Amino acid sequence: MRGSSNWSEDVLRAIEARKITTVCTIPDGGLTQLLKLIETHKSVRLVTLSTEEEGVGIATGCWLGGGRAMLAMQSSGVGNCINALGLPAAFRAPCLLLVTMRGQWGEFNPWQVPMGQAVRPALEAVGVKCYPVDRAEEIGETFAAAADFAFNSRVSAAVLIAQRVIGAKGFGQK
Amino acid sequence: MTRTPHKSSNRIQRRPFVADLLARRGEALVVPGLGSPTWDCFAAGDCAEYLYSWGGMGLAVPTALGVALAQPSRRVLCVTGDGELMMGIGSLAVVADQAPDNLAILVLDNESFGETGRQRGLTSNRADLAAVGKAFGLKTTRTITDAGALPELADFLFRAPGPVLAVAKIAITEDPWRLPQKDGATIAFRFRRALGLEDA
Repeated sequence: MRGSSNWSEDVLRAIEARKITTVCTIPDGGLTQLLKLIETHKSVRLVTLSTEEEGVGIATGCWLGGGRAMLAMQSSGVGNCINALGLPAAFRAPCLLLVTMRGQWGEFNPWQVPMGQAVRPALEAVGVKCYPVDRAEEIGETFAAAADFAFNSRVSAAVLIAQRVIGAKGFGQK
Repeated sequence: MTRTPHKSSNRIQRRPFVADLLARRGEALVVPGLGSPTWDCFAAGDCAEYLYSWGGMGLAVPTALGVALAQPSRRVLCVTGDGELMMGIGSLAVVADQAPDNLAILVLDNESFGETGRQRGLTSNRADLAAVGKAFGLKTTRTITDAGALPELADFLFRAPGPVLAVAKIAITEDPWRLPQKDGATIAFRFRRALGLEDA
């Protein structure tokens, strides 16, 4: 099932279909449309965090209580989550991450590069299965597969949306 | 700067205090943070409705928030320490923002890092956790220093409209090791089964 080029709507449909009712976030520009859809959604709650690792705790707690939650963030936030990801791993609980990448495709900000390049090895080092995707029309199905993998197998999974999809731009550019 | 640890006997003794509190919990689910709060809850009597933790410092409040959002009809009590709460202090703002009326947080504040050698903690001097919680927008917060306040505290933690936060200033004590199950999958399975979420 190929998705449309509007990947935010594809992801939202996958969220709804899997009964994920809580989306925790520190926003990223690449997530703007998805977060806007969730903010006004009648059955999906948006939880704004103060730092990304809180979302790992909330998602784990939600699942332990019988619900389903996920975490959406920029690649820099992955670094904040590494120790926290030991929590779902220890509980054998699922933790689903949606990450918009920086520091790779045409990045203009050198401060984004070290963490951006470390996202996949860092996540894999703590046992999180990574699903990189660099075509907008494949994001929905990739997210759906990662969500099923996480919730059915009770492991952590991360969808890494390439900067190529989001587009690199400098400040002041629209 | 010299410092006088609170070893005096007029301070709250954590083990009997937690045991007395949990005896009054009714149907509440309990999410203790790593280290001493987990040992205290286990020492009070093992229970499947206690979600023990051995790691993830700073995550007791977010984990309890997740449980509270998923179980809106159950009271949820997070039992944490001053060091752990300080590490995840922003999570109080997230709790206040979500405003789950079923979530209560108890901080056992011994003003030190008890597990690692009783090094001085940040609440030993000027930081006031109840004031921080109030400023973040929690519904009600309070600090108690006297074990005699326990019946009223239990009423506050288990019945007052949440989210609420209580800081109990406790003595630094030498308590016998009481360590629960440490396999997280077993703790999780047991907890979920108690909620009717797992077969067998």
